[in-house]
Amino acid sequence: MERIYHQRGPRISAGGKQMKLEENLRRRRENKEILLMTHLVLGYPDFDTNREVIAQMVENGVDSIELQIPFSEPVADGPVILKASQESIDHGTKVSECISFAKEMVEKWDIPFLFMTYYNIVFKYGEEAFFKKCAEIGITGVIVPDIPPEMGESFYQFAEQDGISPVLIFAPTSSDERMEITGKCSRGFVYCVPRKGVTGTKSEFGEELTQYLARCRKHTSLPLGVGFGIQSRADVEALIGKADIAIIGSKTIKLVDEKGAASVGPFIRHLLGEK
Amino acid sequence: MNPPTEDGHYGRWGGSYVPEVLHDTFKRLKEDFAAAKADPDFWREYVELMSTYSCRPTPLTFAENLTRHFGGAKIYIKREDLNHTGAHKANNVIGQGLLVKRMGKTRVIAETGAGQHGVATATMAAKFGFECTVYMGEVDVLRQRPNVFWMEKLGAKVVPVTDGSRILKDAINEAFRDWVTNVDDTHYVLGTACGPAPFPEMVSWFQSIIGIEARKQILHYHHTLPARVYACVGGGSNAMGIFQGFLDDDDDVELVGVEAGGHGLSTGKHASRLCSDDASPGMAQGYKTMFLQNNDGQMLETHSVSAGLDYVGVSPILADLNDKKRVRFESATDVEVIEALNLTMKKEGIIPALESSHAFVQAFKEAPGLPKDSAIIINQSGRGDKDIFTIAHALKDPSWKEFIINEAREYQQGESK
Repeated sequence: MERIYHQRGPRISAGGKQMKLEENLRRRRENKEILLMTHLVLGYPDFDTNREVIAQMVENGVDSIELQIPFSEPVADGPVILKASQESIDHGTKVSECISFAKEMVEKWDIPFLFMTYYNIVFKYGEEAFFKKCAEIGITGVIVPDIPPEMGESFYQFAEQDGISPVLIFAPTSSDERMEITGKCSRGFVYCVPRKGVTGTKSEFGEELTQYLARCRKHTSLPLGVGFGIQSRADVEALIGKADIAIIGSKTIKLVDEKGAASVGPFIRHLLGEK
Repeated sequence: MNPPTEDGHYGRWGGSYVPEVLHDTFKRLKEDFAAAKADPDFWREYVELMSTYSCRPTPLTFAENLTRHFGGAKIYIKREDLNHTGAHKANNVIGQGLLVKRMGKTRVIAETGAGQHGVATATMAAKFGFECTVYMGEVDVLRQRPNVFWMEKLGAKVVPVTDGSRILKDAINEAFRDWVTNVDDTHYVLGTACGPAPFPEMVSWFQSIIGIEARKQILHYHHTLPARVYACVGGGSNAMGIFQGFLDDDDDVELVGVEAGGHGLSTGKHASRLCSDDASPGMAQGYKTMFLQNNDGQMLETHSVSAGLDYVGVSPILADLNDKKRVRFESATDVEVIEALNLTMKKEGIIPALESSHAFVQAFKEAPGLPKDSAIIINQSGRGDKDIFTIAHALKDPSWKEFIINEAREYQQGESK
């Protein structure tokens, strides 16, 4: 497969730096109405299945993938990701294995990969060491929902230092003042949560969402990603023109549970409006 | 006690690591709590309510027989077991109930381990007319059935949590998930001096009523400060409560926190965060403290005979007081706990909860070595008679076992008719 980086500009590997997440997403967005980001829990049901699922995702047109390093106390996650995280940890998934696996995926596939995890995993690894490792293996961004800007001075400094984009979250309960703060601190894109609650429950994509996303737009110039509850092509279509990235979380995990890794490709094509 | 920093830290610990959805809720909670704390009428109303609805001030009992038995320091017991609903948990819950009224919310949620905090919250919700949901680990639901029964009778909805280790920490996670979903009308009545700021400060403030009373009482009976004060430490709220009465007496009063030693610290089956080598600094459930976790940062399973101490983290305030060497931490094993409980019942006619019995263990170890004219206080955080199923099981009481078998048979026969 021809590497986009090579076509479009330098992927500077000598200094351990590569195209920043935001730039990469913007280039992809140039010829697409909306980007598709997917997610999986590392080591669930096992790394071999992860490999297969990622191949299905990339080959069918996914623009970016979140790799979730499982944590035993995933407070922001609903039942599907919670169960997947637990099972992964129970059968012995280690952070070091997640990192090796991510390295392998980055080398193999030409899309930006992000780590999603919780702060304790980063904290125990060591903030500085973690971001250095991300840079070394080519991870471009991180989503860590429990390290708000005011608690994470060193976290955000180390991320910046190593050119890793920390993606922050807008919530419907966020005030304008709050969005200014999180918007400034975020890199790559802003993850807009369309409703209250945890991952994996259906969201309503109506007028309220349109207004909310318009408000999000006012507070950041970064691309807007919308996650939490996107399950069908109609949901993705509802976001076109209002957001830049549709993020699919627990839906694909459920799909793999029920129908196996091979069912992911057709589902991705459905989301992209292809037959 | 020193207040936390602006962002909720006590030394290296604490803070407020909350999901974005809850950011503004916590901002409001901090403001509302600060306003209540600064309002003398609020505290007055609280103390008044605790004296008419609960049994405050709770007595300080001189344990004459235990004192004679050990032949050392005079042993005093602070009787938090005589609170309404049987434990110090009522202090925090009624306090937060008044705060909820002030904030105009209509629904409360809570986590519970032993069930004490759940029962206290359900009681408060009934009194104040709030809707109430209590999250409880499935393991705890099974070992604390009577408390589940009372919560439901008091009008609360009890939700068994089947994720994770199915104990206290998992109930806390689930309560947070409820809160992010129902943030507008709901207040989370956190039961211990843990969690994101302002909870450690708030819960400790309501519990400080224990120490304020105990200090006055010991000076009244003993005319001088106690040599040592003992409290069990799960999350740490009863310990924070009584310690605050003596925190500033650095030179005179030694403060001793007793953690759950389970089967023994060397077995790994325990819940000792501050006096075992199995804990390390971490951040979970919204705050930084010493957590029982592995090298990857995954939380470990904990063990204790007492559900209320079976928790991976510990109050950030206590972790800080440990750093500062102001509080000494010890642990008591399940076996020692049962012995101390037995002795206290026989000698004093007092039945401490399994949780509280941990504090008795350490006090009993140290009392003989202290001068006869000195005094020590043990905080009896709760009563044990409501734990009859657990305690009878732990004591391996044969006639109780027979009773349960017969009861079960009767129910089975009744159903088959």
